[in-house]
Amino acid sequence: MSRRRERGWIENRPSTGWPGFRLRTLWAYRELAWFLAERDLKVRYKQTIFGVGWAVLQPLTAAAIFIVLLGRVDDLPADGLPYPVFVFAGLTAWLYVSSSVNRAAESLVTDPSLVTKIYFPRLIAPLASILPSLADLGVSLLILAPFMAAYGVTPGLALATLPAAVVWLVAVALGTGLVFAALNVKYRDVRRVLAFAVQIWLFASPVAFASSLVSGAWKWVYALNPMVGALDTFRWATVGAPRPGPEALVSLGVTLIVLFAGTVYFHAAERRFADVI
Amino acid sequence: MGSPSVEIIGVGKRYSLSGGRGYTTLREALSSVVSGRNGRDQREFWALRNVDLVISEGEALGIIGRNGAGKTTLLKIVSHITEPTAGVARMRGRVGSLLEVGTGFHPELTGAENIYLNGAILGMSRREIHRRFDEIVEFAGLERFLDLPLKRYSSGMALRLAFSVAAHLKADIVVVDEVLAVGDAEFQQRCLGKFDDFRAEGRTVLFVSHDLGAVTRLCARAVWLDEGVIRGDGPAADLTTEYLRSFADEGRLVVSLEEEPLGGPVKLVRASVSAAGDEPVPHTPRRDEPLVLSVEFDLTSRARDLDVALYLVNSRGVRVIDESWNDAGQRPVVAQSPGRIAASVTVPALLTSDDYTLGVWIGTSAEVYVDRELLQFRLLPHPTDTHEETTRPRVVRLPVSWTIETER
Repeated sequence: MSRRRERGWIENRPSTGWPGFRLRTLWAYRELAWFLAERDLKVRYKQTIFGVGWAVLQPLTAAAIFIVLLGRVDDLPADGLPYPVFVFAGLTAWLYVSSSVNRAAESLVTDPSLVTKIYFPRLIAPLASILPSLADLGVSLLILAPFMAAYGVTPGLALATLPAAVVWLVAVALGTGLVFAALNVKYRDVRRVLAFAVQIWLFASPVAFASSLVSGAWKWVYALNPMVGALDTFRWATVGAPRPGPEALVSLGVTLIVLFAGTVYFHAAERRFADVI
Repeated sequence: MGSPSVEIIGVGKRYSLSGGRGYTTLREALSSVVSGRNGRDQREFWALRNVDLVISEGEALGIIGRNGAGKTTLLKIVSHITEPTAGVARMRGRVGSLLEVGTGFHPELTGAENIYLNGAILGMSRREIHRRFDEIVEFAGLERFLDLPLKRYSSGMALRLAFSVAAHLKADIVVVDEVLAVGDAEFQQRCLGKFDDFRAEGRTVLFVSHDLGAVTRLCARAVWLDEGVIRGDGPAADLTTEYLRSFADEGRLVVSLEEEPLGGPVKLVRASVSAAGDEPVPHTPRRDEPLVLSVEFDLTSRARDLDVALYLVNSRGVRVIDESWNDAGQRPVVAQSPGRIAASVTVPALLTSDDYTLGVWIGTSAEVYVDRELLQFRLLPHPTDTHEETTRPRVVRLPVSWTIETER
């Protein structure tokens, strides 16, 4: 026999207790995440008539609606920015999170044979599903630039924090997406709940208005919505909105808790995926 | 014998039946929490029970058994897709599972893109796929179509592509479920050759198939699973013979009844169940082909208004079929006078795989001469039909058609 090398034993036994984060296994399968993300991206741009246009059209349409409906409300706080710039920046971030959560929730159930016929750490599927929307986010940012120029808005030095702001959005999308992905395998009416929850979440997040709408001690409560800190930071980085206050740390904390809890819950639920999907 | 490559120790796997589906709705789950009642269906069954098995490095093991015997579950535990409820499975080295070919294939992507994607799904790295890319393409014989989207491929071409990727997976342990049953004869031969290569390279192969010929050809050793337990373990040739014999024992498909005298003018001679398909080789009847039920009897005296009915009772005691001459309006006049009468009825391929009892009723409007069960038999699914669900409590499989609309 030609191939002689040390091979370790791997075990499959009933799992008990703390599922952990399994980062090492996930790292070993990083290429698969990339391949799945690449597939989604390619398919998306091959299938839709608009192609990249779709990535442009979606935030523009949404922004137009908000601008027409709310642009004239005088005391709607917009961090002192021209409302169109303000709302477009907010929608860019929001649409990334909402579409990613939706895709993550569907990631395991759209192709059940991935789960029943093949082994891979299941977290790879929702993880891969939130990556393609980053391309849309990038396209949106490219449209945002001329928008800002037209209104004379310039980003400050905070632009350097843009990668961190994007990572924050990814963390929010992943943490929430994992919970819904796992629930969706087990309970098939989750997608209705999700559609409703995302709707509510949009209105509860400072997308069409600035978080300064909530003042005083309530700021700290409001920041329990992780999107509050994430959106403030994103706007600070891109359109030069004021630097987020200390309550953004509450949002950051909630984001990390959701991400950790989501990962652990997902790993715990993962054991039964192949049996129930 | 080489050193062990797979060790399965006391492995059991329990599934809950919960009304045939694995999932419930969030609404049900929440309402059962609120009402304090557990609304879940608690029925469960053991797909595998206390299975012990050691497979040596470089060994090719065939796994045989009926549908629902636990073969696929065993493969899924070895390939880590699902975890056992009890016991432990230990595998030395990398496991490649070929429970299905072409998993993750996307019709919009080109052949080349699908090779990379499918390779990655099977566990290959980009570098590995890149290195074997030409080999894969050559094996599939699809060089000219690589840039074409998969949706333009014929199903045979797609299958060849899928199998090529799978065949070039370099795993220490290869787990194969019935994938050889696909493709044209020439390609199948090539696949079989590929499996010989696997063995020659010293890889461990676990092979599930209903094709007993393929099992004996590819595997020296076989394991026979029956209702979740190992019923036999030994040389593949011996075990497949024994397995086949078990069908003959149960499915006494022709019974001779002459030794059993009955009252009245009717004397039963013989009853039989056979497949009405065009397959020349006599075989155990399968549910995907029409079934011929027949009875032969001697009529010793003249009988007016004679009628004959044949019926089938399934394992749950449901009378699935009960047909008589009169129902069909075909009462043959000739059958009124003494002599030997052979009557048979052809049943279309609508039955489910199950155990059946054939019964006969012979009589007139005034008197019942015979009403008794004649023989029992098992209707098998088609050998390649691995999706048969014997646990579903249905009586017949009607040729329904589905329409599915998705709402986003």
